[in-house]
Parts: sequence; C-alpha cells; structure tokens
Amino acid sequence: MLALILQLPEHTAPANALDLRETGIQLTYLAACVLFILGLYSLTKPARAQRGMQLAAVGMLLAIIGTLLHRDIVRFEWIIGGLLLGTAIGYPLGMFVPMTAMPQRIAVSHMFGALAATLVGVAEYQLHHGGPPRATMAALGFEVLFGALTITGSFMAFGKLQGFITGTPVTWKGQNAINLTLFAATFGIFVYLVVSPDHPVLFYAMVAMSLAIGVLMVLPIGGADMPVVVSLLNSYAGLAASATGFAIGNTVLIICGALDGASGFLLSVLMSKAMNRSFGNVLFGAFGAAPTGSAAAEIGDRTVRSVSAEDVAVQLAYARQVIVVPGYGMAVAQCQHQVRELATLVEKRGGEFKYAIHPVAGRMPGHMNVLLAEANVPYDRLYDLEEINDQFEQADVVLVIGANDVVNPAAKTDPGSPIFGMPILNVDQAQSVIVLKRSMAAGYSGVENELFYHPRTSMLFGDAKSSLQQLISDIKEV
Amino acid sequence: MTITLLFVFVLAGFVGYFVITRVPPLLHTPLMSATNAISGISLVGSLVLAGSNRGTLATLLGFVAVTAATINVVGGFLITDRMLKMFKQRLPGAAQGDGEAKALPGGNGKAPRAEAR
Repeated sequence: MLALILQLPEHTAPANALDLRETGIQLTYLAACVLFILGLYSLTKPARAQRGMQLAAVGMLLAIIGTLLHRDIVRFEWIIGGLLLGTAIGYPLGMFVPMTAMPQRIAVSHMFGALAATLVGVAEYQLHHGGPPRATMAALGFEVLFGALTITGSFMAFGKLQGFITGTPVTWKGQNAINLTLFAATFGIFVYLVVSPDHPVLFYAMVAMSLAIGVLMVLPIGGADMPVVVSLLNSYAGLAASATGFAIGNTVLIICGALDGASGFLLSVLMSKAMNRSFGNVLFGAFGAAPTGSAAAEIGDRTVRSVSAEDVAVQLAYARQVIVVPGYGMAVAQCQHQVRELATLVEKRGGEFKYAIHPVAGRMPGHMNVLLAEANVPYDRLYDLEEINDQFEQADVVLVIGANDVVNPAAKTDPGSPIFGMPILNVDQAQSVIVLKRSMAAGYSGVENELFYHPRTSMLFGDAKSSLQQLISDIKEV
Repeated sequence: MTITLLFVFVLAGFVGYFVITRVPPLLHTPLMSATNAISGISLVGSLVLAGSNRGTLATLLGFVAVTAATINVVGGFLITDRMLKMFKQRLPGAAQGDGEAKALPGGNGKAPRAEAR
C-alpha cells in the first residue's frame, strides 16, 4: 500500500510529485466513493443492506479524516465545535425519531444538506474578490439556486408533514404566472452573473429569490403529493452538493451529489408514474397540479353499509386469505402494531395474511414498508402493486386501513376524475372489503370514493387503532 | 479540469441510476436516508472552509455548514442503520446472491477511478 502511494504521484501527477499528502487525501476519497456505491448496491438485498451501509459509514469516516489532513486547514476550534454540535443534534435525530415521523425527518435532512451546500457556495463567492471565474460562477450559481430552494422547500414540506403548515394545497389566482415569472427572473440573474460575475447584490438577490421559490413551490402541493416532493427535494439537494464539487474542484462531492441526485430523480419518476402524472408536471414542482376536488362525483341517495367489529372479527376468523391495504391513515393512527397482532391471530387460525403496498401510499417512498417492518412484519409478506393485484380475486377479506385514493375505482372508470389513470389496487374484486375509516370524508385528492358504495364493501367507522383493538379482542372469542 | 469533472459527474450519475434502479420499493425509505447520509459528504467542503484562515465570515459560514452536514452524517447513518436492522430479521439464507456483490467493484470502478487524478 505504501509503495502504491509513493508511486502514484510520479505516474499520474508529475507536476507535484512530492505531494504525498494530497495523494493520501484523494485516496481516502476514492475509498469513500467505492464504499458508498457498494453501500447503495447493498440496498438491493434487504438481508445485506445493514452491513453495506455500515461500510459506507466507514467510508465517510475515512473521507473526513482525509480532509482534516488538508493543508488549508490551520485551525480546528470551529471544526471541532461544528462536529460536536452537529453530533449533538444528529444523534437524537438518528436514534430517537419514531418511524411514524420518518417523512418529516427525511424532509429536515434535505434541508440541512442543502444548507451546508448553500453556505459553502455563498462563502466561496464572497472569497473571490472581483467575482469568481465564469466556470466557477456557473457552478456556484447552480449550487445556491438548487441549495436555497431546497432549504425552504424542504422546510415547507417538513411543516406540512409535521402539521404546522396546512396540508391542503394553498392556491391563489395567477399563482402559476407569478411562480413562473419569479423562476424566469431568477434564472435570468443567474445567466447574467455567469457573464459578469462581479455583482454581489445580484448574487444575494438570486439567493433570496431562490429561497422564495422554495416556499412558493411547495405551498400549492397537497399532502398526498408529498412522496413526489420529498423525492424531488432529495434530488435537488444532491445536485446542489454536486455543484459544490464543481465549484471547489472536489470529485468526491461530485460523485456523491450525482448518486444522490440520481436516486432522488429515479424515485420522483417512480412516484409520478404511480400517480399517473407526467414527469414534467412534477419537475416544475407540480405547479397547478393541486387537485381541486371539483370533479367529485355526486353521491346521490346511495347508501353505505356500516358493519360492527364483531361481524368483521367473524369474517376474519374464518378467512383463508386476508389482504391488508395500508395507507397514510395507518401512519396517523400509529396502529401498525395492532395490524401485526391481528395478523398473528388470523395466521394462528390457519388464514393467510398479506399486505398490499401501493407505491404512493403514505407520505414518502416506502413509508408503509418501514412502518410495518417496525411492527415486525416479515418483509416477504409485503407485496407491490403488480405482485398482488391478481390475488385480490382469491382474497376472502380485504382490510383497507387508512387508504383511500389508491383503492378508488374511479381511477379506472371515470375519465373526469382528477386521479383517472392512476394505477390502483383492485380491492373491489375481493369477496368482502372492510374499510376502516373515521368518517365519510373524501380522500386527500378531494375525490369521492366509489368503493365505499360497492355492494361488497362494508365500513367499520371509528379510529383505526381502537377499531383494530376491538377486532383483536373479538377475534379471540370467536 | 472542468470537463474531467463533468465526466465524473455523468458517469457517477449513471452508476447511481443503474444501482438504484435495482433497489426494491421495500427499501425506498432507507434508500432516501442512505443517500442523505452520503450527501453529508458536503462536510468535506465545509471542513476546509471552517478550518482555513480566510476571514471571519468564511469561518462562521463554514462552522454552520459543518454543523448542518454533521447532523446529516451522524443522524443519516444512524437512522438508516435502525431501519435496515428491522428489514434484516428472519432471513437465514442471507448468503444467496453474494456472488453479484463480488462482481461490482470492477464494474463500478469507472467513476471513482477518475478520482485519483
């Protein structure tokens, strides 16, 4: 290994042949990149994933140690202070945040990532007296543009998920025009700065406008569209990090930013596909895509069938095949443990218990999987949309817990519906559908759900957690 | 130099795209927190900023950036680990498919290799 380090400079960088220190730093970065990619690759197999990500953490440690050897670093008090403070805040965020709060936790971390990138960008601009060279300016511009809008956008997403900012879309007249104008103006300043970088006032105006764009972009987006927004912000945070790498000439930043950007991009594409929305529609922050609910079908004089927990318990006790469709409501009611307990009881009686997970169920990609895994549901019982959709025909009972739009048949039958074309779970093909629901309120898209009036559907009204607890005690007595 | 960096960016993007395409929806949330932790690598840029003697503003911004990036690194890796531990349970046949992992370093060497220059 030592021989390798000694040789490398001669072959690859003759200009600074004696620069062992720089080579050493770069080698730690190389090791970090390899470990990061292996870590991400390990996520393709659940059983190997934990080990792989632990190796990635080792890679991060290597990169940090390598960086501390950098010759520009002459004082350590602020570094140590930042590392300690960051650890003090990061540790509880990592160890004690419950799985139910995961979407807002992820949104917050996008904010911190973008904040770090933006601050480095602002400082780099400030340090170039007379303005940076054009190529650097272009990178810095991208960095603060993406960074700043991710900071406020993520904060807004955090607020909506945490509930201190309204989850319903906030819209007003001319909103699209205003947003697009602001976006165009900001981009115009960016282009002008690349041509003529020495305009600090314009630079800070651009940062401020990006911050505003982040707020305006997320305001009109409803709670149910959050999976797309969170993935998109993931991508933006990555692009900002990558741009930092271009600005300071650091490859490890570019690579990690690109990995992050690609991941977020891919997830947003998957999420938008699962909602049958074009990617362009999503890229522009779902401008104007906020469903209005005006297309809600008339209810007429149809009636819903209400059912008691006792009856449901009897059905479940004798069912051979039960499929649960969880939705955001399960996360809100925090009843994943009760679902699991119910599953154990059904399985004891010889029934089969499966979970059907729609890609956009919940508030972020994979939300339901994490919640159910927390409740010790084996992951081979969790089925994707494509895997399970043929199996509803054979199901005796389907339990819909806090899901609405993802089981709405209007997505297939009503071209006028805002969710028309969205792939849904075919629960209406089951023998019996039990919907656990608080009241008859419409889903987050504001669309009336035909499923509730379906002849094979019964409604079990009430809080999902207490309904499930009732079911558990009833089924024990059957 | 900039063009070389652009090569690195595009190739790393491809590697990321093809690796992440294979991540099952089951692990999409851990994937997000993992990429978050990894993007905490912006700590590298922040550390140099906070530790170099380039004026009070740079040090101060660097300090805040180090703090923010450290939150992501520490919190991100810890929470990913917590989640993945839940998915690891009861799968005794974990050895299957390890052959694919061995094939990886060579295949993915492209982008990181440019790093050494």
